[in-house]
Amino acid sequence: MTNHVEVNQLRVDVGPLESPKTIVHDVSFTLKRGEVLALIGESGSGKTTIALSLLGYARPGCRLSSGAVNVGNDNMLALNEKQLADLRGRKVAYVAQSAAAAFNPSRRIMDQVIESALMHGVLNREQAKVKAVDLFKQLALPEPDTIGARYPHEVSGGQLQRLMAAMALICEPELVIFDEPTTALDVTTQVEVLKAFKAAVKAYNTTAVYVSHDLAVVAQMADRILVLQHGKVMENNVTSQILNHAEHPYTRQLLSAVQDSDAFQDNPKHDTVLEVANIEAGYGKILRDGSVEIPVLSDISLKVRQGQTVGIIGESGSGKSTFARVIAGLLPAAKGYMLLNGKELKPAIDERSKAECQHIQMVFQNADTALNPAHKVGDILGRPLTFFHGLTGRARAERVAELLELVKLPADLAHRKCGALSGGQKQRINLARALAAEPTVILCDEVTSALDTVVAAAILELLKELQQKLNIAIVFISHDISTVKSLCDEVVVLYKGKKVEHASGKAFRAGPYHPYTELLVSSVPTLDPLWLDTKPDGHEQPTVRIAQNDALCRFRNRCSVSILGQCDSLPPPEHKLPEDKRILCHKDMAL
Amino acid sequence: MRSQLSALPVSGKIGLSLVVFWVVLAIIGPFITPYSASELVAYDVFESFSGKYWLGTDYLGRDVLSRLLDGARFTIFIPLAAAGLACATGTFIALFAAVSHRRTDETISRFMDALISIPSKIFALVMIAAFGSSVPILLTITAISYMPGSFRLARSLAVNVANMDFVTVARTRGESRVYLAVKEILPNIVHPMLADFGLRFVFVVLLLSSLSFLGLGVQPPQADLGSLVRENISGLAEGAPAVIVPAIAIATITIAVNLLIDSLRGGATYSAGSK
Repeated sequence: MTNHVEVNQLRVDVGPLESPKTIVHDVSFTLKRGEVLALIGESGSGKTTIALSLLGYARPGCRLSSGAVNVGNDNMLALNEKQLADLRGRKVAYVAQSAAAAFNPSRRIMDQVIESALMHGVLNREQAKVKAVDLFKQLALPEPDTIGARYPHEVSGGQLQRLMAAMALICEPELVIFDEPTTALDVTTQVEVLKAFKAAVKAYNTTAVYVSHDLAVVAQMADRILVLQHGKVMENNVTSQILNHAEHPYTRQLLSAVQDSDAFQDNPKHDTVLEVANIEAGYGKILRDGSVEIPVLSDISLKVRQGQTVGIIGESGSGKSTFARVIAGLLPAAKGYMLLNGKELKPAIDERSKAECQHIQMVFQNADTALNPAHKVGDILGRPLTFFHGLTGRARAERVAELLELVKLPADLAHRKCGALSGGQKQRINLARALAAEPTVILCDEVTSALDTVVAAAILELLKELQQKLNIAIVFISHDISTVKSLCDEVVVLYKGKKVEHASGKAFRAGPYHPYTELLVSSVPTLDPLWLDTKPDGHEQPTVRIAQNDALCRFRNRCSVSILGQCDSLPPPEHKLPEDKRILCHKDMAL
Repeated sequence: MRSQLSALPVSGKIGLSLVVFWVVLAIIGPFITPYSASELVAYDVFESFSGKYWLGTDYLGRDVLSRLLDGARFTIFIPLAAAGLACATGTFIALFAAVSHRRTDETISRFMDALISIPSKIFALVMIAAFGSSVPILLTITAISYMPGSFRLARSLAVNVANMDFVTVARTRGESRVYLAVKEILPNIVHPMLADFGLRFVFVVLLLSSLSFLGLGVQPPQADLGSLVRENISGLAEGAPAVIVPAIAIATITIAVNLLIDSLRGGATYSAGSK
């Protein structure tokens, strides 16, 4: 069998013609029909650039300067724009990372899915609609006959991602490019989407290129893995070889970043610095009984001790970020109280004193938006120093240098603007700014989820080190269960704004879990290539709004072990297990 | 400063040199006129270029060069001051609205909507009818007419920036509203506002010219470039320099200002990226 896709000595340059900077260095690989190749590497490794070259496309500023890209009988680099337009969507299709951004919000889904088939004249409108419904079934979408009549905002993120795959597959292309299609999804949703993709690719015997930075995801999908770093091929081999007998040190580094580190040390117990009790918060009007119109959090209590990390896990929509905003005072709680160092903490930021603001600092997920692009690093770090501690001039500059050293960045960065820094550097500065205030509690909202695996691991390492050195308390909000497991002294699991499980880190790692936690844990892909195939059908998050005063278990509709007659009629009791572990469930966990 | 100058793209350098040229001319113009700007010096009207009258003569036989040198200051400085005033007040009110509570923001925004609904020319006519035409009045009228537009743009930009995480971080620090507005938001909207300033400068030049057309702008015997075009419009058929030259002058001024401002934006991102 001959090769279906051949990339030979591909070289991509950016910048002016006279002095180009090469971002992809002579990359070659081949694929047989029906094979799935994964391109893996950190951001900036050129993986998307290579994937796009298969469409004959170079992003603005980039040039496909030499080499050959053959798909079937066509050399994509030799064709003109018109010929390429004819091939794109029909022979080669592309699935982008963010389906929400790729769909036009003002048109119905069906029109957008069948658009390319009509444009290329492959099918007429009626045929295309029938074909689309088939694809919706194939991709395990709910209500395949009617889902096309909806608008993009009326379906969930995971469904939209699958609809986008349907859009790509409508012309039955020979080659599909998946560009990080599940990166923005929750783990539970990711499982469903991956399954659907895998089945569809197999059914149509499509050759696929899967771009990702997540080795565990790739292990499920790909036949071959191509490891990239700085635009060069580090390793290219079949999946099992890469996973079990990685040759290149960089591949091993990637592999070790995925595997759980069991080296966890419990921090000694200290005094409570922040206590949150019976918090209720949400959006909309305040009702007569003091509760809010659209509740997000109900009855959340926890204690944060000095020098310890409390992890808060949940899917998107679980209210975990809202919880951070409540503590920071950005969204005043409607009910309940908070104590900082034993003294009452006012719910709204306007009512808090400067000292109280200083003690609670927030670190945001996305360092790109959390750092003011108009300011220099020195000013970003210097402002809290001046504001809280009255430092100016030389003393301030010295402290800024100390802070930079603390987060392991060179001191001369202080004179640069943050636009030119890498994602990891930005996140370090983001962290250093919070530390500049000398806080008691740091709220970390998904601080590693926007970073590559290797960079994220380094940030977590730094966070642990800083905590031991400075004895600060951390509230660590994340959807990544393995990170929380390895980092936290105490874990809270949120589902739809309710605390379903609360345990010490040790007890949490030992299990047993609440059925929801169980689902989260089992949805994290492992490096075992058979993991996805052996996984039973999961229970994707339905899009239902939380009903007012719903005391019943909110997870009951997705639960695989729900007890008829109990879960749908009585509020779940709280089970107290050894090691101060509490689980909100009808099922007796001790058994 | 020198490195910033050399970092300007070619278009920016052209714009800058033209702007400098016009500003210098506007300052020293009245002192270097070869003839008095209001004196009838020639018997022939609409004369072409000649050694005696470099830019010919106008419809009354006055020297066009002298009138141009004398009038340039009105066309440069009134719009410059008016556009500057409009953009500055618009931007600061917008910043205040963006960091204020929703009710304050709404009140200010609706008030501005009311102002923006008044046609600028009618507004100018009413004001001039009430207060008479003078340079301070013209300045005030144009500044008030163009301020709401500036406010709207600045507010929409500022509201976007105010929702960014770095502003939230500053808010959780307990920073004052003035700090949020001036230090966190303003630097991120200043470049689009500069571009807006360039546009508004052109609008003001046009408004002043049309007021001059109606005889309500700068009063004779003084004349801005707009009124020079207007009063010599009958020379257009003859291709007299008296009508073409002031028109070209207005064009070069407005284009130069826009070239300069556009390249300033490019220059700023360039220096941020390269350092």
